[in-house]
Amino acid sequence: MIIGAFMSLFNIFNISGSAMTAQSQRLNVVASNLANAESATGPDGKPYRAKQVVFSTVPVNAQGGAGVKVSTVVEDASPMKLVYDPQNPLADGKGYVTMPNVNVVEEMVNMISASRSYENNVDVMNTSKTLLLKTLTIGQ
Amino acid sequence: MTSRIDSAFQFEQTALGLRSARQELLASNIANADTPNYKAKDIDFASALQGAMAGVNNASLPLTTTSPAHFGAATGESVMGSPIMYRSVLQPSADGNTVDMDVERAQYADNALRYEASVSFVSGKVKDVLAALAP
Repeated sequence: MIIGAFMSLFNIFNISGSAMTAQSQRLNVVASNLANAESATGPDGKPYRAKQVVFSTVPVNAQGGAGVKVSTVVEDASPMKLVYDPQNPLADGKGYVTMPNVNVVEEMVNMISASRSYENNVDVMNTSKTLLLKTLTIGQ
Repeated sequence: MTSRIDSAFQFEQTALGLRSARQELLASNIANADTPNYKAKDIDFASALQGAMAGVNNASLPLTTTSPAHFGAATGESVMGSPIMYRSVLQPSADGNTVDMDVERAQYADNALRYEASVSFVSGKVKDVLAALAP
């Protein structure tokens, strides 16, 4: 049964590890959105659309343990920003340029949330490492 | 004699097994803090330990709840014969997630400390047995 205790604690590495991967993917998407907040045109000639990750649960065993993964990356459906700039070569007949629908404030909040969640999982992993090392000292 | 030593460690063994299983559950809750529709899970440690020591399988006997503040419905999963239950929500969020990070972190730290305490108790018992075996 002590072996069983060990396996549960080792599972925490998988669980927190999956969450760290998912959160860093989210951070990646935030970085991409912020970098492209002003990209009025892309390889396909269209303005950049904000992207969002969708998290989903991945059960790791029958004892309720569950990790996380990014199931899909969806494009933000919110309307594009229209900026009046008649000098711009990309402007339409009325002088409006279609700009990306990236909400910079929302992305900053997303970034802070992702990095806090990442830190939480690092802490969880450190604690379970401490517990495992402590378990190894039994009988010494 | 072996069985005597074995039974001397039985309680701590069971407690450690349950503590680490609970630690895993709490880690899952923290990992899924941002997953839409994830419901935080936990076990009732005291009754789980009693059940495991008595060799009772409570998994098929969910608790009767008479107040919304009680543990939520059983998840259908079990740890060492005890049902895993959904945590009741104090502040529901719009995406259906019921993880309250403050509660989870506090429980995680608490459970880790109690696990370490159990480890210390086992170590103490090992020393006792060794002292008894010493000539």
